[in-house]
Amino acid sequence: MTKSRLIYTIAAYLLKARWRQTLVAAVGVTFGITMFITLLSFMSGLNDMLDGLILNRTPHIKLYNEIKASEIQPVDKSSDYQSGYNFIQSVKPSLSKLELHNSGAIMSALKSDSRVVGFAPKITAQVFYNVGAIDLTGVINGIDVEAENKLFFFKDYVTKGNYYDLKNIPNSIILGKGAADKMLANIGDVIQVTTARGDRMQLKVVGYFQSGLADLDKVQSYASIATTQKLLAKPNSYITDIQIKLKDIDMAPPVAREFARLFDADAEDIQTANSQFETGSSVRTTISYAVGVTLLIVAGFGIYNILNMMIYEKMDSIAILKATGFSGKDVKKIFVSIALSIGIFGGLLGLGFGFLLSATIDAIPFNTASLPTIKTYPINYNPQFYLVGIIFSLVTTYLAGLFPARKASKIDPVVIIRGK
Amino acid sequence: MSTTNILEARNIVKFFHDPVTMPVLKSINFSIQKGDFVSVTGKSGCGKSTLLYILSTMDTDYEGDLIIDGESMKNRKEVELARVRNEKIGFVFQFHYLLNEFSVLKNVMLPGLKMGKYSDKEVEHRAMEKLKILGIADEALKKPNQLSGGQKQRVAIARAMINDPIIIMGDEPTGNLDKKNSLIVFDVFKELAHNYQQSLLIVTHDPDFAKSTDRIIEMEDGRII
Repeated sequence: MTKSRLIYTIAAYLLKARWRQTLVAAVGVTFGITMFITLLSFMSGLNDMLDGLILNRTPHIKLYNEIKASEIQPVDKSSDYQSGYNFIQSVKPSLSKLELHNSGAIMSALKSDSRVVGFAPKITAQVFYNVGAIDLTGVINGIDVEAENKLFFFKDYVTKGNYYDLKNIPNSIILGKGAADKMLANIGDVIQVTTARGDRMQLKVVGYFQSGLADLDKVQSYASIATTQKLLAKPNSYITDIQIKLKDIDMAPPVAREFARLFDADAEDIQTANSQFETGSSVRTTISYAVGVTLLIVAGFGIYNILNMMIYEKMDSIAILKATGFSGKDVKKIFVSIALSIGIFGGLLGLGFGFLLSATIDAIPFNTASLPTIKTYPINYNPQFYLVGIIFSLVTTYLAGLFPARKASKIDPVVIIRGK
Repeated sequence: MSTTNILEARNIVKFFHDPVTMPVLKSINFSIQKGDFVSVTGKSGCGKSTLLYILSTMDTDYEGDLIIDGESMKNRKEVELARVRNEKIGFVFQFHYLLNEFSVLKNVMLPGLKMGKYSDKEVEHRAMEKLKILGIADEALKKPNQLSGGQKQRVAIARAMINDPIIIMGDEPTGNLDKKNSLIVFDVFKELAHNYQQSLLIVTHDPDFAKSTDRIIEMEDGRII
């Protein structure tokens, strides 16, 4: 018999002799790991859902022209006024266009850029929805239906009607659910919109759009690029935004700066636009980890207590093992392996129960008007949680076992034997 | 009789420090040869048990030198001393100290398995042999708590013998037994000494027991007299 196998045999016998307490200790670990897995899966599922709500539909980089005053004013260019600092009051932006210059060339450059997964051109048009005598403000997004669906899952948010009709039916519109409710517009109805310049146009409603953000749905609607260009009376090269998705989201800020310089346009990256979401996610994840680790530490104290008790009970056995030639190291190994086997057994069971509990939560219906794509509570079955869970359970039980084991290894057999 | 010393105590001195520092052993010198059946006697508190635990390498807090099988035990690591105890010394205590979780056979086998010199099967075979010598082979598969006091002590002796130690030490091995069982255990020791040339060093305060050993070391007040 190899040395370690002998150690394990002795550990197993000691475990069996006290199997009830050991079971209680293992149940503690199981409970801790179960809750740890469930909590993390649930929390991370929620995080993903909430992030997806915004991030899925937010381009990694948005190219557009911002209306702003020029940073270089004529006085700065004059050689006569270079010596002082020039104060200019009430600077106004000059007549600049929202249109992206040279959009065709930008798009063909993006197509050949290997960092870019895809891009979707867009036109934003300020309009009024005419409802009888009342005008409601609104925004019509002119989109490339296919590109928008591929990159931003447009289809998922069209709750009624077929999203593809936007492309097939000329002069069609998909209304935000909130806007449609206000206008009492059903699918198939024709509504009238007025542009900021006063042009009027009749549009046929082919679907409802529900983003999950009610405020947005009261205002936003979608039409095809061609329809929007017609609405604004612009040529078919007119594009106001290009939304870009990158292969690596973390590359967005530097690439955005590069594109801004290269295409002479404004570029906004997703990190700048939505920094608050990442903060929220990381705080929620940290809380779940903290709760999980706390549960495990409590379980660890349970193991510590039980091993301490076992050592007091088995003082004689430890003394005789040492008297017959087992070293302090061997004794330590025996008790550490008892602790670790509680950790492995309780931990694996906890992973199993954690999975089952997550699956149960995953099956609970969760219907909310604002989240049309969600039917049940979201769960993230990330294998990483399971890995972290089992590592945590091993580390805690190891530490919980280490101190009693060290005490056992230091027991002086002479004191025990002569004390009788 | 062979003249090789298997165990030699050179000038061993020991102090107890609690509650006040006082000498317990004062310059102990003696040696044991192979096959000796030695008893150590003396009044309570004369230091005989203390001496035995030093000789067994379990107590390392002493001055002087202890030589077992030609090697000094001074300044050895805990692991090395554990190995010496495992291979060269068998120990029988006043109390049997058997592990109730294990069968009798397994209890006897444990030090043998720890030594790792023989395969599991061989260790088991050797353990059965020892139990046969001591006449308790029939009890091999029982748990220790199903045995009588005398039987338990014989199992403890079998456990001490499993690795064929150069010496078996006993600390009042008959102290907890009635007259009949004491005799049985004593006969076992005598048989081991005479038929198997097993060296034995037994601490006892039973004068009858001491008288029938080959050599008596009598102690008084920390000295051999």
